[in-house]
Amino acid sequence: MVAAARRAARSVSSVLSRFSWLRLGLLLTAPLAWLIAIYVVALAALLLTALWQVDSFTGNIDRGALTFDNIKNVLTTPLYRTVAFRTLGVAALVTVIDVAIALPIAFFMAKVAPPRWRRILLIAVLTPLWASYLVKAFAWRATLSQGGLFEWLGTPFGIESPGYGLTAVIITQAYIWLPFVILPIFAGLERVPDSLMEASSDLGAGPMRTLRHVVLPVLFPAIIAGAIFSFSLTLGDYITVNIVGGANQMLGNLVYVNQGAANNLPLAAAIALIPIAIMIVFLAAVRRTGALDNL
Amino acid sequence: MRSSVMKRRGPRAAGVVLAVSSLFLAAACGDDEPSTGSNGDGDGALTEIGEFEGQVSILAWPAYVEDGSNDPKVDWVSAFEDETGCQVTSKVYGTSDEALNLAKSGEYDVIAASGDLSLRLIAAGEADPVNTDLFENYDGVYDFLKDTEWNSVDGVNYGAPHGYGANLLMYNADVMDEPTSWDVVFDADKMAANKGKVTAYDSPIYIADAALYLMKHNPELNITNPYSLDEEQLDAAIELLKTQREYIGEYWSDFLKQAQAFTTGDSVVGTTWQVTANVINKKNIKVTLPEEGATGWNDTWMLSSQAENPNCAYAWMDYIMSPEANALATEYFGEAPNSDAACALTVNKDHCEIFHAGDEEFIQQIWPWRTPIKECLDGRTDVECTDYSQWTQAWTEMKG
Amino acid sequence: MILSANVKRLLAGLTVLILVLIYLPLILVVFNSFNTNQTMTWPPDGLTFDWWERAWNSQGARDAVMTSVRVAAMSTVVALVLGTLLAMALQRFDFFGKSSVNLLVILPIALPGIVTGIALHNAFKGILNLDLTLMTVVIAHSTFCIVTVFNNVQARLRRMGGNLEEASADLGAGLWTTFRLVSFPQLRSALLAGGLLAFALSFDEIIVTTFTAGSGVTTLPIWILNNMFRPAQAPVVNVVAVVMILLSIIPIWIAQRLSGDTEGAR
Repeated sequence: MVAAARRAARSVSSVLSRFSWLRLGLLLTAPLAWLIAIYVVALAALLLTALWQVDSFTGNIDRGALTFDNIKNVLTTPLYRTVAFRTLGVAALVTVIDVAIALPIAFFMAKVAPPRWRRILLIAVLTPLWASYLVKAFAWRATLSQGGLFEWLGTPFGIESPGYGLTAVIITQAYIWLPFVILPIFAGLERVPDSLMEASSDLGAGPMRTLRHVVLPVLFPAIIAGAIFSFSLTLGDYITVNIVGGANQMLGNLVYVNQGAANNLPLAAAIALIPIAIMIVFLAAVRRTGALDNL
Repeated sequence: MRSSVMKRRGPRAAGVVLAVSSLFLAAACGDDEPSTGSNGDGDGALTEIGEFEGQVSILAWPAYVEDGSNDPKVDWVSAFEDETGCQVTSKVYGTSDEALNLAKSGEYDVIAASGDLSLRLIAAGEADPVNTDLFENYDGVYDFLKDTEWNSVDGVNYGAPHGYGANLLMYNADVMDEPTSWDVVFDADKMAANKGKVTAYDSPIYIADAALYLMKHNPELNITNPYSLDEEQLDAAIELLKTQREYIGEYWSDFLKQAQAFTTGDSVVGTTWQVTANVINKKNIKVTLPEEGATGWNDTWMLSSQAENPNCAYAWMDYIMSPEANALATEYFGEAPNSDAACALTVNKDHCEIFHAGDEEFIQQIWPWRTPIKECLDGRTDVECTDYSQWTQAWTEMKG
Repeated sequence: MILSANVKRLLAGLTVLILVLIYLPLILVVFNSFNTNQTMTWPPDGLTFDWWERAWNSQGARDAVMTSVRVAAMSTVVALVLGTLLAMALQRFDFFGKSSVNLLVILPIALPGIVTGIALHNAFKGILNLDLTLMTVVIAHSTFCIVTVFNNVQARLRRMGGNLEEASADLGAGLWTTFRLVSFPQLRSALLAGGLLAFALSFDEIIVTTFTAGSGVTTLPIWILNNMFRPAQAPVVNVVAVVMILLSIIPIWIAQRLSGDTEGAR
């Protein structure tokens, strides 16, 4: 009985070993089927929805007629342009701030700190990931409010709390996504061999020069990988804006309001095309740098 | 296993993708059946109440379905659950727009709907007619709340009346004197001192509040009904709101978020509900009804056409209409109860006077929420009025 | 590269400052879980254990945590399987469309959550007419968790090289035996790291979850969202957050020990 099973297993094995495309097929079928059936089709359906319209009184989607009205609306109405640029600006600023903060701490963790400390530091950076995103955003709402921590700390220096608004959104988002940016940069820095940096200094380059010409080029894909996270996460966020954003709207809010309260899923889908387009352009641009392997 | 270059799988893979995608898209393009009622055709309401299903799912304004989890002393749900065995799960919404969207998911049996939502629900096929003969507590309800323009269509009744109230003006007494007019949130000079601390309701229906202000202060616009605005009048209201926008700190749709903002001092003046002031419970945060009057609401409990527990739903509607429950609920929220019997049971004996219970005239004055439609609600036939989707578009553009 | 002691001290100082800034809001959360004032103004009015007691007794919070754990566990399992399969396919083979598949794997996490959320919501409810249940949430979470496992396993496979597996085949082991006795042990720590990250991602996810969870499914983030502004419950939310942070230190520490070096951690 067992011998027969084993023989069968061996013959399967030998068949598979001979035809590598069969092996590949077996490996790829399940995950690819999952991704396509669930994700790609859902996305395609959403984009198709952008071509439909909604009956204004009943709120039901009219699936009969295809029209480009929603997309035209999104492209021509100044509101969407304003909000898109505002969102892009916020996302870019958050990314720049996060990368600027992540570089020194990642460098210290990877290259300067003694190995014993490295693990502790990594745990210290990873732990806040487990504090709920919502709780962190709410903590910032409490911090920036009247009578909150910011005001308490800033009053002796005459600094006022920025209150709720775009500044608050930038601060909160930069704070929340920081660990996501530190980790890939840290991983990337670990991959830079010490010997490379030593060789560079042996050849006479000072630390700044080594950093600029040796470390940074190798590190670049990892930095981009981190940037993808903070950029994409900020681009579509609406919850932080609702909590600390005051009266402001970002792209995520427009999509959320339209698919929800305004009951206009086709318009929401049309607006969603903006962040999708932005991210696809971004991803295509960075593909060449190899950043996608560092995610 | 060495990496090996092998035969092109491309065409095969592409074929599979196309096949699967077209299958799904074909399904997507297929006709979508409108939600049919659990009672079959639209005309036939229940003729008798059957056995209770053991649970009921309710979609309502905040503070309408209190089971003690917010404040152990505030609970009228537990008594209902004990009496009928129908376990209550509830979902809270902040604006009528949210409610319509949630109702369409079909996950709720009973929906508390204001006047601007009820007709939309009926038109969308989301609400079923209600047989008021099956209620024990319907007779005691004020007559002017029965079979009204917002809860019945062509003589068919769609719900159980709950109560009505006005949107009030809340202000921080430490920062300003008691306002007598809405100009503290609409007039630039008056708002200047509170820049960044003014708040307003986050829904297109708030345009009606701006229109109401214009109705009283700019009679040349000839606005007679704040829900009946032609394009010119809508533009004027939007201009007013754009002025206000510069002084707004936050728009609110979650009344508790507003409560928190007023408590910390991040908001100092703006429109609100009585229940918000009750929750804040601080001496310096007060509410008032300004001289121009206000927009308001009148609420009805409606039966979802996708209700899975219609019998428990009827049981809830009957229960919440009863004087005991209605008194508790409306007093907590701060609105007028639906019957004299309920009025007799409120803890604060002046409650009904303060909230103008039984006062048909008052309900006319407070301009309760209605859904704007193209046919002018004030009866004008020479112009076309703006409908709610135009209001929604205008509102989003105004917020910027 | 030789850094002067001053530069090293500067970097150390910056690191400390950054860590302090990272933990300041979290410390605020801890304080607010003891704050008598429900609106969390600073400095706290007084200290109380009331909220901790209420959190301990809160059935809602406990149920929410259990639901989140279940969803995260199931999603992680699915992500582990699919991610490993994909990593092995993409690392060991070259084929037409390889980079497109790579892009496809990343898409669920690179596209904003709200896009994924409304796309899946539309697909489940609008097209397939499914009810939104725990399973729809698991399906959604698995989809964007695949990438964390994929990246970790792919990085490990790259470093492993194929030599050991070839040797095993040369010695006569079949494919499954090779995987079981040679590949898998080497992959284990990468799977653990990827799985842990996937678990964390799923546990704290809110945006896609709100769109794919029906009214009956309350994960921890949804529970927090519902209770965040309620005066009586907001401090309880803080308590729950503190507990989650403390509890999470253990698995993180274990994962770090087992993963040996920290390469491939994202």
